[in-house]
Amino acid sequence: MTRIGLIDYGMGNLHSVRRAIERLGAEVVPVQEAAAMQACKALILPGVGAFDPAMQRLEQAELIEPLRDWCGSGGRLLGICLGLQLLFQGSEEGQREGLSLLAGRVRALPRTPDHPIPHMGWAPLLPGTPSPLLPPDHPPAWVYFVHSFAADPIDSACVTAQVVYGDARVTAAVWQQNVAACQFHPEKSGPVGQQMLRRWLRWVESAAA
Amino acid sequence: MVAKRIIPCLDVADGRVVKGVNFVGLRDAGDPVELACRYDAAGADELVFLDIAASHQGRTTLVDLVRHTAEAVTIPFTVGGGIGSVDGITELLRAGADKVSLNSSAVRTPDLVTAGARRFGAQCIVVAIDARRRQLPAGAAPAWDVYVKGGRENTGLDAVAWARQVVALGAGEILLTSMDGDGTQAGYDLGLTRAVVEAVEVPVIASGGAGCIDHIAAALSEGKAAAALLASLLHDGVLTVEEIKADLLNRGLVLRPPAPPLRPPAPLPPARPL
Repeated sequence: MTRIGLIDYGMGNLHSVRRAIERLGAEVVPVQEAAAMQACKALILPGVGAFDPAMQRLEQAELIEPLRDWCGSGGRLLGICLGLQLLFQGSEEGQREGLSLLAGRVRALPRTPDHPIPHMGWAPLLPGTPSPLLPPDHPPAWVYFVHSFAADPIDSACVTAQVVYGDARVTAAVWQQNVAACQFHPEKSGPVGQQMLRRWLRWVESAAA
Repeated sequence: MVAKRIIPCLDVADGRVVKGVNFVGLRDAGDPVELACRYDAAGADELVFLDIAASHQGRTTLVDLVRHTAEAVTIPFTVGGGIGSVDGITELLRAGADKVSLNSSAVRTPDLVTAGARRFGAQCIVVAIDARRRQLPAGAAPAWDVYVKGGRENTGLDAVAWARQVVALGAGEILLTSMDGDGTQAGYDLGLTRAVVEAVEVPVIASGGAGCIDHIAAALSEGKAAAALLASLLHDGVLTVEEIKADLLNRGLVLRPPAPPLRPPAPLPPARPL
């Protein structure tokens, strides 16, 4: 059974992510310290809340360098929601440095009339660079978002999906080598989200042991 | 254009659905988890559970219900009713709820909104506002009072000002119920809905009064609500989520398309002891 490590650093709700992965037949273990990573085939970095407290908690758990090492040595990782934003170098939401695994910064969603913030609800993905998360010719995928900020990657080739917010297109999912992340919640996006997680899991399982 | 949401609301007490639900082929019309799965498969965008008993002994049952729901449904769900402390919020979010809804306790202890938002993020703190139109002389601008304790007690707070205040305190969403409209099926209070939507920048869920699709369409367009909460209209089998969504899409509103009509219902969760 594929063992997925779920980074448990006290930011938000791990339950639904764990359930979604378990439903797909993988084993999920909580990762509260670096040592627990070694037994995992891949990691998931979830998270809801604000950027600075999240980085602070990762720092307190002494997980920042281990996460960088994990990804730097080809380890597979999926960020979800705030977990996507933390992969970047920093955020307009806070002062702290991010994990800096991806180049770019996280910016506030543009204030737009009749567009509530947070952006909360379902939206169709606009395909970008194809990836295992969103392969070419994927039918329109409606997924569930809750966010007030979105990543602005320097290398736009890493954007595998965008979403329309007001007059802007903002980052919905990224993929760069072994690092993937969704701004939306695949674990809360019905059958479409489950399929996306299944594709990611298959890709993890396809990796040489 | 942000997609509008259709949100079925289930009133529960001691782990059971309170109002009877009239669905074809239901194994157990009172099982909230089975109903939640049905609405999920039908294309509901989110779900709300309101614990209307909110009794002390019922709390454990509610937490169990949340846990079982979280195992079975694949869409976000909110739980409200009798949540009075950060520990209460923590317990329900840990059990798998995506958001909690605070009502009387937000009026009693506004700091709870802030504490919850700081700890878990504003996106999971919904403040529910029960409002009733104030009796005013003819010609006066309309105004609404905030009621608590299931509509029995007038707080004297102005609903629009209170909405502004709870958002400033950290609420990420407002669940706005018109007490005048609730249960009447005479339509949402569009004036109230629009007044609150225009006062805050967070999403507002309109609730209370839906009797037909025209009412839902009006709440989402004229009322400018981000979402419509539906109870008896769905539970009584008057309309299905699929019918509502198909009709609203035809009217040019933006929504997640409903599930294909012939899709089999989601597998039932394993039977559980009550």
